[in-house]
Amino acid sequence: MSETTISQQEVAHVASLAKLAFNDSDLKQFTTQLDSILNIFETLGEVNTEDVEPTYSVTENVNHLREDVADNWHQKQALLKNAPLEAADLIKVPAILDGEGE
Amino acid sequence: MATGNFETTIGLEVHVEMQTNSKLMSPSPVHYGDKPNENTNVIDFGYPGVLPVANKGAIEFGMRAALALHATVSPFIRWDRKNYFYPDNPKAYQTTQSQTPLGTNGYLDVTLPDGNVKRVRIKEMHVEEDAGKNTHGTDGYSYVDLNRQGTPLIEIVSEPDIASPDEAYAYLEQLRQAILFTGISEAKMQEGQMRADVNISIRPFGSSEYGTKVEMKNINSFNYVRNALIFEEKRQAEVLRAGGIIQQETRRYNEPTKSTILMRVKEGADDYRYFPEPDLAPIVIDQSWINKVANELPKSAGERQNEYVSDFGIAAYDAEVLTQTLAMSDFYDATVAAGADAKRAANYLIGDVNAFMNKHQIELQETQLTPEHLAGMIKLIEAGTISTKQAKQVFEAIMVGEDPEAFAKKNGLVQISDPAILLGWITEVLDNNPQSIEDFKGGKDRATGYLIGQLMKMSKGQANPGIMNKMLLEELAKR
Amino acid sequence: MTINFFDNDLTSLHEQLINKDITAVDLAQSTLDNIDKTDDKLNAFITTNPEEALVQAKKIDEQSDFTNILSGLPVALKDNLATNGIQTTGASRILENFKPVYDATVVDKLNTVGAISVGKTNMDEFAMGGSTETSYYKTTTNAWDQTKVPGGSSGGSAAAVAGGLVPFALGSDTGGSIRQPAAFNGIVGLKPTYGRVSRWGLFAMASSLDQVGPFTRTVKDNALVLNTIAGFDAKDSTSSTREVPDFTSKLTGDVKGLKIAVPKEYFGEGIDPKVAKTVKAAIAQLEALGAIVDEVSLPHTKYGVAAYYIIMSSEASSNLQRYDGVRYGFRADDVKNLEDLYIKTRSEGFGDEVKRRIMLGTFSLSAGAYDAFFKKAAKIRTLLIEDFNKVFADYDVIVGPTAPTVAYGLGEEIDDPTAMYLADVLTIPVNLAGLPGLSVNAGFVDGLPVGLQIIGKPFDEATVYQTGYAFEQASRLFEQLPDIAKQY
Repeated sequence: MSETTISQQEVAHVASLAKLAFNDSDLKQFTTQLDSILNIFETLGEVNTEDVEPTYSVTENVNHLREDVADNWHQKQALLKNAPLEAADLIKVPAILDGEGE
Repeated sequence: MATGNFETTIGLEVHVEMQTNSKLMSPSPVHYGDKPNENTNVIDFGYPGVLPVANKGAIEFGMRAALALHATVSPFIRWDRKNYFYPDNPKAYQTTQSQTPLGTNGYLDVTLPDGNVKRVRIKEMHVEEDAGKNTHGTDGYSYVDLNRQGTPLIEIVSEPDIASPDEAYAYLEQLRQAILFTGISEAKMQEGQMRADVNISIRPFGSSEYGTKVEMKNINSFNYVRNALIFEEKRQAEVLRAGGIIQQETRRYNEPTKSTILMRVKEGADDYRYFPEPDLAPIVIDQSWINKVANELPKSAGERQNEYVSDFGIAAYDAEVLTQTLAMSDFYDATVAAGADAKRAANYLIGDVNAFMNKHQIELQETQLTPEHLAGMIKLIEAGTISTKQAKQVFEAIMVGEDPEAFAKKNGLVQISDPAILLGWITEVLDNNPQSIEDFKGGKDRATGYLIGQLMKMSKGQANPGIMNKMLLEELAKR
Repeated sequence: MTINFFDNDLTSLHEQLINKDITAVDLAQSTLDNIDKTDDKLNAFITTNPEEALVQAKKIDEQSDFTNILSGLPVALKDNLATNGIQTTGASRILENFKPVYDATVVDKLNTVGAISVGKTNMDEFAMGGSTETSYYKTTTNAWDQTKVPGGSSGGSAAAVAGGLVPFALGSDTGGSIRQPAAFNGIVGLKPTYGRVSRWGLFAMASSLDQVGPFTRTVKDNALVLNTIAGFDAKDSTSSTREVPDFTSKLTGDVKGLKIAVPKEYFGEGIDPKVAKTVKAAIAQLEALGAIVDEVSLPHTKYGVAAYYIIMSSEASSNLQRYDGVRYGFRADDVKNLEDLYIKTRSEGFGDEVKRRIMLGTFSLSAGAYDAFFKKAAKIRTLLIEDFNKVFADYDVIVGPTAPTVAYGLGEEIDDPTAMYLADVLTIPVNLAGLPGLSVNAGFVDGLPVGLQIIGKPFDEATVYQTGYAFEQASRLFEQLPDIAKQY
């Protein structure tokens, strides 16, 4: 096990993936906290799981599917009313810079 | 194919919107062209507490595509989340099938411009959600419409088998046709129903390692894809010849200049943090389900062409024209099934019907023509009930939804072939025109023309000209 | 007429409604009076809706249809259950003033039978915490001692029931968030089997672990509430199609021959010896009633915390991405562009504990960490499930403490996330395995309640209730009331 699992720089990278920002002192504190938690996480390394299948859900359900029937719930007006900014039935957001996202 | 001393490797990820009734994970309608956000609900808006339920119809449409492309349908599918923030992606994750794609190991046999056939292998196919639409204003804002959000897509990922822009073009065209004939999408390019992500790399001939890939996303025209690839092939070769290196980057095709523009350089792989979607149950597909879908799968264009040539005696070229769209081919089949002569039906569809569609700029299904009406008209012609000349009028009528038989009757468009009636008219005309008989006997061919004119007048144009001609000559000979 | 909920269980209230001794309006008004009298001390509610509650109660009285046991009875809902048109915040700033436009399935079921929702209870922000102290809005206190935490994350619902404000409440449990506050407040709380109760409308923390469940003062009441909220829901793909039995069917008081397993790991390091002693005495009482009690081992228990915090935070990091300031809720001011909007909205809208878990989860799923963290945790989860399966091959229920300690002082642990996480060791294996888990009062340590946890086989809530009921009826601990009861 390494002494520190995560560096301040890595924490900053993870924060950017999660769209969070921290000031320097918060970043330092978070790094310390995350590191001690990740140290607990790393105790899992003690367990041999070579032939163990992962469990991602305990649901027994299989093929829980919906028939392909359209049903408009007519929620548009209520949904748009909750939007912080809206214009002409569209949700308004600050300009998207070219090359962002997908 | 070579560019200088380089060979080109192209990979395509094609997204096709599947025209189900409802969205992949919500029951909102899938419908193009509606008012903004009309087809949205709390699920599409990614509200707190909502849950997805997968659409069986979308799975089955995906299975159709997989079967049509000879892919293996996975017996077990678990959905995955692909995480990224964007306003057209309301949950900030896209539900997809990264670990267990619906289809794997398929192929498409592509006829190249030189007539050779090349097998392009398909690595995998997944069903996933489409994103909404962002419109970028000039006012410092962007505007989000989530109508398209959640429309089911089938993503078709090719192996790097494509070696030139022309091959890529041929692959896309033939892939589109293959998809069309599954009945899952009209794959209209202008409506964005089919889009391609393209990657291209070049390497020196004989090199065992691929070059660095450059990516271009979301191109919705096959011509643009070809142009973009032609430009990239050349640009990359120039960079390498000048001793430069190709960077792993995303570029954008710019049509006015027919060139590509750098968008961003990739630093390592994107980190989408894929993981199994815990809100959805897995899907298990057994052979009986596959068989059921296979039975519903329409025949491919190739199968149909072969049948038209061998069973109906249609020319190969005409068979190709008839199978350009599933709608045309289905219409043709229905017309023949309704009793029309196969060759005549083909001629009408390829000729007059196509001309009508072009003239009015509409699709076959937007006309009021039905296979029954087209077959009805052809049967009237075949039976000699109407002449081909009269058929022109009937055709106009059936294109606007009229019944051919009723129309012909109403307008007196009936051809009289009964020899007894015809003989009566001929006798009367000959009796009244002794001079014409003289002229005929004197060798003046013009005389028959005059007599026929008189006969048509008398029959109000309803006399069957073929039979009448023959009988007139017989009667003249008797005089 | 004022009705004291300490003196009346759900059955008694139901009978009085049918006999017209009381009305639904009396009950609603009593609840509202109770809130007026004591909620300044408990701070159990974020939102109350007195007008709507009275209107609804009047309607129920007029219809006079008290078919369901819950008809006309007041209920408090955890503030992560969507209520149409009524503010639902998840105790987060990012959902300040947010009014859902739909009802959660459990809310819909309660409305349908005519239960009266009186308000939304405080909780840890997005259910992340064990003390209800991470709420953006207020700090709830323990019904037994207002200098102590009520537990969490469903601390508001637990305090509201334990403090006699409402006869029953709903909470949610992802890693112990119903059972631990039930234990800290000396009441009954059940986390049903995963899939037993619909999650539609529950603001997701970790989708593969979350369940909605009831808080009540008695085991029978709890079973009666579960009878109403359980069942298949087509809108939840993980909702079970299994038939819903009558959960009161085994409430006989008899546990003769019932096979009870006591995992030795549940009495290991970190468990307060006084808590252990109290729980062991409770187990001895079950044995005295005729149950067969054996010590067993659940060897992977100690890895549960790490596996849980990886899986929970990973799922949560993804589930909470939708809070981006675009479509609803809080949007930060003065943003230059989209990226700025995202970062400012989320940085200002989320509290520290939520950020910590988002960071842990984002890291655990990130390229390079996925196999060693997320996937590894998913494999450990399999081993934990196998541990349970082995024990359940021979035993009917597993019992032990619900929490390692009794309620601690306000502000004592909030700054030490590691200690907070380790305190969940006894409850989280149950969520990882999707099992039903009940907490009933086992006794008191220094005047504070201790929880007895009863864990059952999947979908065997009936036997869990049977065990809890037998102990409750033998111990009659529910007759002991907190001082706050004197306020009424």
